[in-house]
Amino acid sequence: MDLEIYLDLISQPCRSVYIFAKTNNIPFELKKVCLFEGEQYGEAFAKINMVRKAPAIKDGDFCLSESIAILTYMAEKFQTPDHWYPADLKKRARVNEYLSWQHMNVRMHGCKVFWLRLMIPKLMGVEVSKENMDMALEDLNQSLNIIEEKFIQDKPFIAGEHISMADLVAIAEIMQPVGSGLDVFEGRPKLSAWQERVQAEIGPELFDEAHQGILGSQEVVRTMDSSKLEKFKLKPLYM
Amino acid sequence: MALEIYLDLFSQPCRSVYIFAKKNNISFEFNKVSLFEGEQYGERFGNINQVRKVPAIKDGDFCLSESTAIMKYMAEKFQTPDHWYPADLKKRARVNEYLSWQHMNVRMHGAKMFWLKLMIPKMGVEVPKEKMDGALEDLNNSLNLIEEKFLQDKPFIAGEQISLADLVAIVEVMQPVGAGLDVFKGRPKLRTWQERVRTEIGPELFDEAHERILGAEEMAKTMDDSMLQAFKPKILRFFM
Repeated sequence: MDLEIYLDLISQPCRSVYIFAKTNNIPFELKKVCLFEGEQYGEAFAKINMVRKAPAIKDGDFCLSESIAILTYMAEKFQTPDHWYPADLKKRARVNEYLSWQHMNVRMHGCKVFWLRLMIPKLMGVEVSKENMDMALEDLNQSLNIIEEKFIQDKPFIAGEHISMADLVAIAEIMQPVGSGLDVFEGRPKLSAWQERVQAEIGPELFDEAHQGILGSQEVVRTMDSSKLEKFKLKPLYM
Repeated sequence: MALEIYLDLFSQPCRSVYIFAKKNNISFEFNKVSLFEGEQYGERFGNINQVRKVPAIKDGDFCLSESTAIMKYMAEKFQTPDHWYPADLKKRARVNEYLSWQHMNVRMHGAKMFWLKLMIPKMGVEVPKEKMDGALEDLNNSLNLIEEKFLQDKPFIAGEQISLADLVAIVEVMQPVGAGLDVFKGRPKLRTWQERVRTEIGPELFDEAHERILGAEEMAKTMDDSMLQAFKPKILRFFM
């Protein structure tokens, strides 16, 4: 029985799991959970993940959520090349450090910018105050600064010479605000060069395939039925 | 050269690292970084962690931040008992699942409750009822998930034995307690899990690690307001 992966490529952590599985030739059955249609709230998906979040996997009877847990599970189970999650103590610590830091930093801020720039005004017709937008952009910029100055520094990749899960998780998050039309690489040659390296390592075809959905967001929003989003409680997290 | 650990027991992730190191008899040099005095912004600490967050460690030339990365590093380096971070694929996945989920859930909501209930009013800012109710609801949702998804009918998150997941969970759950909120009220499952965890860690160590946070209300009464004013814009921006 194949590994089942439940995902929607509009979601950043879904992209990193998808890319990892594909690039490592891990056989899996892709189960699409259409987030904007609210499929994560359906009964079928509740059995996979009661928290109603994608990505999630089902490996026989074993269900697992959280992209980082899924990535490390797959790396171990399928014995993927060492560089993805190095056995070396210090290199692995660097990867773990990034994977932990990113939740409340680039992930949170990149997500917020995506919603404030695109989803909230264009789809929900709610005006976002300049103050809120400026603060969100400032927070995102600080996260990007830290990625450049602390995590990448003068190395080709976060863990050193080779690409790892850290770069995969990072790139997926950084591309999210890009989907709202924000050029995060402008004025950031280091980040831009790193992104190109990561894309080359993953393979441009796979990278583009994984990011097609998010990069087409602006178009999708134009034709989307906004009533579908009513079920999403957009709490003070974003406004 | 001993491992240097930089921390302030006011902070949840500092407590988990401290407890883990002490419980496993890992020898280390305790370097206090007093958060309310702004010591994390000093030059010295900037060399340890430019992100200016605790906990952080310095092991020879190697500096590392982020409590979960630190504990995994220590578990491997010092070969701590397997149950802390099980080698078994699925048990380890369960621990990792919790460690990942908790950042934007119980950690965020517990921290928010602590600031909204205790520290922000201390800064002279009134917290609207709507914000407080919203924060409490979020925290309750997180606690529900801890009980229903992560614990279920097991003694600990990973199963029969305590792991890093329980350690990281307990320190976050204790943070709003420091603001005077009884998170265990009406939650017998959570309460018995807390008692089990405290017993496994050792009551003396648990209480020692939590002395500072559980004294927060007292500390807030006598605290110099001007110290908090420096943090005000940042805190309000994040939590309000």
